[in-house]
Amino acid sequence: MILIGSLLLYLGISKGYEPLLLLPIGFGAILVNIPLAGLMDEHGILRYFYENGILTEIFPVLIFLGIGAMTDFSPLLENPKIILLGAAGQFGIFLTLLLALAVGFDKLDAVAVAIIGACDGPTAIYVSSKYAPHLLGAVSVAAYSYMSLVPLIQPPIMRMLTTERERKIVMGVIRQPVSKTTKILFPVVVTIFASILAPIGTPLIGTVMLGNLMKESGVVERLKTASENEIANIITLLLGLTIGATMEADKFLRGETLLVLGLGLVAISLDTVVGVLFGKLMCLLTGGKINPLIGAAGISAFPMAARVAQTEGQKYNKKNYLLMHAMSANAGGQIGSVIAAAVMLSVLTGMGIVGG
Amino acid sequence: MDIWTFGWTLSIIGMAGTMLVLWCISLLILLLRKMFPYKPEATAPKKA
Repeated sequence: MILIGSLLLYLGISKGYEPLLLLPIGFGAILVNIPLAGLMDEHGILRYFYENGILTEIFPVLIFLGIGAMTDFSPLLENPKIILLGAAGQFGIFLTLLLALAVGFDKLDAVAVAIIGACDGPTAIYVSSKYAPHLLGAVSVAAYSYMSLVPLIQPPIMRMLTTERERKIVMGVIRQPVSKTTKILFPVVVTIFASILAPIGTPLIGTVMLGNLMKESGVVERLKTASENEIANIITLLLGLTIGATMEADKFLRGETLLVLGLGLVAISLDTVVGVLFGKLMCLLTGGKINPLIGAAGISAFPMAARVAQTEGQKYNKKNYLLMHAMSANAGGQIGSVIAAAVMLSVLTGMGIVGG
Repeated sequence: MDIWTFGWTLSIIGMAGTMLVLWCISLLILLLRKMFPYKPEATAPKKA
């Protein structure tokens, strides 16, 4: 496990794969596997962080606050119909759930594995820590690793599912500025609406939208700055270190971990497949006004997935600027991943699989 | 509940629910934009 921890450090430092997370995760994995150090024993410092930060859900929820404060939903507000691509981009979660059940995971473990398809680290951590804490290390490593590999995973799928003519579709410039009042009311309205529909997801939706409200209101600059900087940085460090601490050899070195990593890759690939296919459907319904490549940006990896759509579009038409449209889909994917998790948790509660 | 009933129920309701909630959010955005349309800020008159 010390070698695996070192590999994560190498990927973070030398390859630049999500270094903010992989570096502390890798170091945590090394620390927890040092014989007799006892960092995850009953009175160990990392056990303290784990029990009080992850099992209580405080760390992922505070990360959401920072994400909300950093996210600009303006492209989505200017082009709201594109949000549907953000829903299609989450279907990989639910399709992977079926695959996870087929390969023998029990119900809640399958939910934790499937949530890698949210392509959203904090959401994956929130759900897996809640329902399958023994898979937390594998799920987190898979989620963050594949998020950083989006530019490698998505393009072949995008090319396979679209024709050259579709990839060349030029989308017009969006000129629909949004008022400040709309930007301020958006997080409040979405919180109330989505939380009423999927109440168990309120901690996720509520904190993202609180962060965004602080950003858009412009009256709590200090709180907004603290959320996107100090709070996000401290929590990212503690979260990464503590996730690494769950990677004790007897819990991580199992065939199950390989299955989690494999299914995670499938989940993100399926998100891309469904996103692009939904983009093709929207292209058809709008008489060819939507370039299906932006469907791949309906995942939560922001703004990486949008950049991939832009790059792929420009390969086939140098004058094509898909970035703003892809950013709309990508912002939709950010909301979509949180909503998908909230819906999933609410359905699980409704089915009596978990307590409310 | 067997695993397949569980899996298909959660998948179908999950996909439909996510799509429905996001579609409703897109309608809410349109409603907000209609209620509070963008008004360009008045610019200072140019000096002659």
